[in-house]
Amino acid sequence: MKLERPPRREAGTLPKAPTGIEGLDQITLGGLPRGRPTLVCGGAGCGKTLLAMEFLIRGATQYGEPGAFIAFEETGEELAQNVRSLGFDLDKLVADNKISVDHIHVERNEIEENGDYDLEGLFLRLGLAIDSVGAKRIVLDTIETLFGGFDNHALLRSELRRLFRWLKDKGVTAVITGERGDGQLTRQGLEEYVSDCVIFLDHRVIDQVSTRRLRIVKYRGTTHGTNEYPFLIDEDGFSVLPLSSLALDHKVSNERVTSGIPRLDAMLGGKGFYRGSSILVSGTAGTGKTSLSAHLAEETCKRGERVLYLAFEESPAQLMRNMKSIGIDLEPHLKKGLLKLHASRPTLHGLEMHLVQMHKMVEEFDPSLVIVDPISNFVAAGNAHDALSMLLRLTDYLKSRQITAMFTHLSSGGVAGAALENTDLGVSSLIDTWILLRDIELGGERNKGLYILKSRGMKHSNQIREYLLTAEGVQLEDVYVGPEGVLTGSMRAAQEARENAAQTERAEEIARRQRELERKRAALEAQIAGLRAEFSAVEEESSVLAKQDRTRQSAILESREATAARRGADNNSATARKRK
Amino acid sequence: MSESSEKWELRLYTAGQTPKSVAALNNLKRVCEEHLAGHYTIEVIDLMKNPRLAKEDEIIAIPTLVRKIPAPLRRIIGDLSNTERALVGLQLRQRSE
Repeated sequence: MKLERPPRREAGTLPKAPTGIEGLDQITLGGLPRGRPTLVCGGAGCGKTLLAMEFLIRGATQYGEPGAFIAFEETGEELAQNVRSLGFDLDKLVADNKISVDHIHVERNEIEENGDYDLEGLFLRLGLAIDSVGAKRIVLDTIETLFGGFDNHALLRSELRRLFRWLKDKGVTAVITGERGDGQLTRQGLEEYVSDCVIFLDHRVIDQVSTRRLRIVKYRGTTHGTNEYPFLIDEDGFSVLPLSSLALDHKVSNERVTSGIPRLDAMLGGKGFYRGSSILVSGTAGTGKTSLSAHLAEETCKRGERVLYLAFEESPAQLMRNMKSIGIDLEPHLKKGLLKLHASRPTLHGLEMHLVQMHKMVEEFDPSLVIVDPISNFVAAGNAHDALSMLLRLTDYLKSRQITAMFTHLSSGGVAGAALENTDLGVSSLIDTWILLRDIELGGERNKGLYILKSRGMKHSNQIREYLLTAEGVQLEDVYVGPEGVLTGSMRAAQEARENAAQTERAEEIARRQRELERKRAALEAQIAGLRAEFSAVEEESSVLAKQDRTRQSAILESREATAARRGADNNSATARKRK
Repeated sequence: MSESSEKWELRLYTAGQTPKSVAALNNLKRVCEEHLAGHYTIEVIDLMKNPRLAKEDEIIAIPTLVRKIPAPLRRIIGDLSNTERALVGLQLRQRSE
């Protein structure tokens, strides 16, 4: 007889049924435990039913696993209506035999108990619902209603225990919802029966702002994220934000991206920002934080990359108009779809919700630059601590995706520079490049100064630069340092004029010297020419003399020979003969 | 009694021949014989054979006794071991008094 060996399972891996819900599968490392029940609990209106329903619908549509929805509270019609607003067509899935919906009505008043009974009828109905579509997934929403319908709770509990064992035997992945109870996760202590995976949903309202959070209380036999994760319910259903990977292991890019302002790039080591870095522009009101952001946005769009602009102060139309006044026309980019402007009030919903929303938009739009203008407003939607944690998660997320992030921050500090360097959010440690914009009051004027407080990984300018918002955008001016510091505004202009005058003077002086030098050279040339003439005269004379001398010499020789010939001197006969 | 001319229609839902179902049917028969002799019909529906009816008639607990006629509809769950309560539940006790 051959012994059947149990199918081998990889060590530590539990078979999982993916939920298809964005983020949830990441936290659970693959989904809910396959073939086992999972408890989803939480207070009223926290989204339990929706989570369960989406698990079912996505299972049927994305993973080919039909499902059964057993509703104890709502009728099938009500359910279909509820999920229709989230873009799911439950009726069609039911018609296609992919999902069965059964409403089990439990009415206390209609039932009288007499003696012993069991819940076999319920089992039969569940079995029928499962078999009618061949369900691999089942939702019981919410089974606690039974406790309201029956008096004999001891019996009910033993039946529930039997039910969960039965579901396990059936091999269906079950989601059981339960209302939050006092001092325990569910009112009836369902967690006692469903012990494989417990998910807790929470809907908190702090300072009149609501935030939804999800936490995996336990997940037997597997590792899972243990934090509270914010989640969002919107027109696409459920999405959870798995933003907890706080490990600092982002890939980094050496690529540099220009800020759109050449002279600012020059200050940033000559090349601009690093791609994927986080940039903070902080400053008091009206110092041009948005303008700086718009420059970067425009520049990025010009390269054909996508930009997500999250405005929390201005409406898109207002932003476009204002930026046009400094010569930045964002409209063509908006029309081309390279730029996405999203404006909302920070207090519209809680920070976590904002975060989830941003997360979602980034996932959908896949930008290479995200601008959040401004982050300081988030304090209004939560407290400073929450705002910081949210920004931490946001920067972390954007960095992991190599998305450049630009945040603006409205400093509440006064004119004193020192106060400006403390953002009330304390985000500085998250920031790679921090540009500070400040007012400089000097000579009865208020002008704008820009400097780079820090910029990681690059040599950056330490100068305070004055800049102007012109019709051609932000312009950085030359630096003039006077006895009282950097000269700005008209003092700078005056200094500029003075320097210009001095420059002209110097130029004239140089020209004059040049002319004098020319003159001297000409004189020298003339002198050289004279000497040369003198020299050549002497040379000529001496050559004439030499010639005369040679003529005389040859004449003497000839006459000597002639004399010798006449004398018939023997010793010279050969010569004489030759001569003949 | 005017009701006695009316025919009682009772339905007992069971799931197979479980001791509870058998006890319920026996108890029901006894009560009916005592109080409604000749004026009743008992229909036993085995949901094991016809599970679809569990949905149609909203049955959760087994055994469930449903009094269809006379109106209003009454449901009693359990094996009807408490005769007194069964009588009250079926509204037979008030009549007999």
